[in-house]
Amino acid sequence: MTPETILAVALVLPIAGALGIALAGKVPNLREGVTLSTAVLLFACVVQLLDPVMLGGRPELVLLEPLPGLPIAFRVEPLGLLFALVASGLWIVNSVYSIGYMRGNGEGHQTRFYVCFALSLASAIAIAFAANLLTLFLFYEVLTLITYPLVTHSGTDQARRGGRTYLAVLMGTSVLLLLPAVLFVWFVAGTTDFQSGGILPADMDRGAVMILLALFLFGTAKAALMPFHRWLPAAMVAPTPVSALLHAVAVVKAGVFTVVKVVVYVFGLDTLAGATDWLIGIAGFTIVAASVVALNADNLKRRLAYSTVSQLSYVVLAAALLAPLSLIGAALHIAAHALGKITLFFAAGAIYTAAHKTQVSQLDGIGQRMPWTMTAFAIGALSMIGLPPAVGFVSKWYIVSGAVAEAQWFALTVILLSTLLNAGYFLPIIYRAFLRPLSVEAAAHPHGEAPLPMVAALTVTAAGTLALFFFPDVPLALARQMTALP
Amino acid sequence: MSLATHLPALQVVLPLVSAPLAVLLRHGGVAFAVVTAGAWAAFATAIGLWLEVGQLEHGAFISYHIGNWAPPWGIEYRVDRLTSLVLLLVSGMAALVLTASRASVEREIPRESHYLFYAMFGLCLAGLLGITITADAFNVFVFLEISSLSSYVLIALGRDRRALAAAYRYLIMGSIGATFIVIGIGFLYLMTGTLNMADMAARIGAIESSRPVLAALAFLTVGISLKLALFPLHQWLPNAYTYAPSVVTAFLAATATKVSVYVLIRFYFSVFGESLVFDKLPLPQIMLWLSLFAMFAASFTAIFQDNLKRLFAYSSVGQMGYITLGLSFDSVNGLAASIVHLFNHGIAKGAVFLLIGGLVLGIAKPGSAPPTPSFDRLAGLAKRMPLTCLGIVIAGLSLIGVPGTAGFISKWYLILAALESGQPWLVGAVLLSSLLAIAYVWRFVEVAYLRSPAPGHEARMEAPLSLLIPAWLLVAGTIWFGLDTSLSLGSALEAAGALVRSGR
Repeated sequence: MTPETILAVALVLPIAGALGIALAGKVPNLREGVTLSTAVLLFACVVQLLDPVMLGGRPELVLLEPLPGLPIAFRVEPLGLLFALVASGLWIVNSVYSIGYMRGNGEGHQTRFYVCFALSLASAIAIAFAANLLTLFLFYEVLTLITYPLVTHSGTDQARRGGRTYLAVLMGTSVLLLLPAVLFVWFVAGTTDFQSGGILPADMDRGAVMILLALFLFGTAKAALMPFHRWLPAAMVAPTPVSALLHAVAVVKAGVFTVVKVVVYVFGLDTLAGATDWLIGIAGFTIVAASVVALNADNLKRRLAYSTVSQLSYVVLAAALLAPLSLIGAALHIAAHALGKITLFFAAGAIYTAAHKTQVSQLDGIGQRMPWTMTAFAIGALSMIGLPPAVGFVSKWYIVSGAVAEAQWFALTVILLSTLLNAGYFLPIIYRAFLRPLSVEAAAHPHGEAPLPMVAALTVTAAGTLALFFFPDVPLALARQMTALP
Repeated sequence: MSLATHLPALQVVLPLVSAPLAVLLRHGGVAFAVVTAGAWAAFATAIGLWLEVGQLEHGAFISYHIGNWAPPWGIEYRVDRLTSLVLLLVSGMAALVLTASRASVEREIPRESHYLFYAMFGLCLAGLLGITITADAFNVFVFLEISSLSSYVLIALGRDRRALAAAYRYLIMGSIGATFIVIGIGFLYLMTGTLNMADMAARIGAIESSRPVLAALAFLTVGISLKLALFPLHQWLPNAYTYAPSVVTAFLAATATKVSVYVLIRFYFSVFGESLVFDKLPLPQIMLWLSLFAMFAASFTAIFQDNLKRLFAYSSVGQMGYITLGLSFDSVNGLAASIVHLFNHGIAKGAVFLLIGGLVLGIAKPGSAPPTPSFDRLAGLAKRMPLTCLGIVIAGLSLIGVPGTAGFISKWYLILAALESGQPWLVGAVLLSSLLAIAYVWRFVEVAYLRSPAPGHEARMEAPLSLLIPAWLLVAGTIWFGLDTSLSLGSALEAAGALVRSGR
């Protein structure tokens, strides 16, 4: 198959999968079989694209032209490929986990759940491979809408409120800020195609560049830059597999991916030089402030959500530094945080399923009963803090190197401070789990590990977190290609 | 002479003939078949005309002389790109809505008046098509009256007794509008001595600043604005749409106000000319502000309605604001935005109201009159009628203007026109108002999907296929025209290019 065909297949596959899932809705085993095989095939497709892209190929596909000069088109480039690899690879693991979670907790509407999940992945892949801003914007909105039923899955009042916040923040910012930004680019540059070096005229007014950048950054609320981060904790009412893959990987990464993509391929590093100081400030503030909130959150998923808000701003900060090294760090961190955070969410879901616990303060001694889960949790936490031997260390290393190279001492301070804060909210959990004795109440309700599919899934992602530390070659090579470094 | 040369006449005559036939046959089912066949024939004719216009060079038109009397003495029918697009919309909507109508009419209209209902529907369709195709100012008025009188009857046929009051109110307001229009046309006739619109345009140049011409412009503007429900002349619309039979609402919402916009565009750009309308009078400013009021006030009111039909009726008033806003810019992109939104919104609203007709069937108790679709009756309905509800949501996304739907295309051009006109704050206004659309569409989503149904009402009760298939064709249309815009946007841009240039 030519790379173009593979690209087309990768785009269509999850949609076809969703259709298959809907048709097989009456037979749960067959339905889950369709999900799993779609995920595996999708990942295989995306992997097939790796070689051609590494060799410098950029497979393209133009679908339709709804607006004159603005086609819906796809083009595979290194950063998008990295995002697609992460999303599709983790979808396999997450599907295994979902099966355990959804059955273990006896959740309803499972067919709708899997259909929406497959369609979310379809839009994530389309975002990853979008060739221009219009296509990216189109699927960015589709992703918001198709994840809404997943967020409100339980149908409770709390879910409805969470769904409202989710939709209001994500749609509100994208319509009011991102759409004008896209229009602005089209109005000024006459194109919205992503090109290395950017498409905006080099002599664009400094003030206009800053305004446009602000529109993009705040318009992409999926990147959860403060003050538009509220949707992410609100989305935690969703079942944990949704939080794990979508609100730690696909949706939020679509946000920071858009940010990096816009910085590199729409503005270009030269155009932005000197215009990003305020962004470093806001990203730094988000990193620290979200960490402080996480420090005080007793609900485990809420703590993880705020940790995500903080970690996402690492990527934004790294992009705002405009140093090639930190951009490599940004791209790597998309992958690194994905693996680490999905492990943490998997663990949280496993604890909920096996022990029905949701609060950090309830976790005393749980490591004795769920050793696999809590070991995986510890590895994920190491990656969040940025300690070896977890992959979070590698990406942080590049970001710090970039900050040092650009002599950005504020950014450096923020990163160091947040490392301490990360340790401050993750280490106590590990301490509680392994070193505190079981509480009396917990001792009265014996339980073991969560169902096997869930434990298997979180073991795989924890192993991946370690493996990428030792073998970061593929993501690193893709990140280097993006910044055009040798 | 072959049949093809008479297509413009057939366009009006076919549905016009179907009406008296339906009355003569005096049987509900047969009347349905005859009028529906008439509508499909009209649709086929419109497609034929579309293809014919497509072969002409840019900006050219088909001219047809009724009874072979040459214009400006005889009545001329004239079909250009814009005419052809509106003819397609009106006849296509009529064909689909009529096809879907059987089950809904069965429940909502007394059996003994079915044949009269279909006769009126045929007349209304003929009137709307006539308004669109004719190039004779007085003929516009005649067809306007045909379509208006028949639509009063159609609305009054609603089961709810408030339908009578709504129809009466519309009758009063509509008659005032029609009077204004005929006075305007009368002034123009006095001053130019002709009724042919092209002829009028040629003669008006010399006297364009004279009082009677200005008065004619004012009378026509107010009269037509009443018919198209421009804020604050929209008061007749919410009740009329709410209490009319579902299929009538679907048809009128998709076509009647749209044809009025078409008439306004015709008079502004083809008769009076842009220099008079837009340069010498503060009309653009007035229209801009009224459009903004419509976009915000009506959409805001929509959020708080408890009756789903009423909610979308107010949404219609708001959406008409986008259309008139585009008009007020007096630019190619602005007019194109108006025209393409006229088309896109027609399809989306037709789909929404048709599907609401399905909802009403679903919540009706056997044997009794169908209830109003108020929110407390719609709780958890998505479980019982998944296809109907999903269709409303998708068409609703088009009303919001989500990318990938037809509504996005209109909004994109509207914003471009605002940027070009040097008023970037309007970009914010257009986008803010679309957030209001999210709010009212999502009220339906939350009630239908996230509330649990009343006990004893869990059984699946999908609308009949005869309604679902045409409605879903329209829903598919809202997606299709968001992705492949060669028909809608292509002809809107071409028509706008021809109109805006011709006035200069």
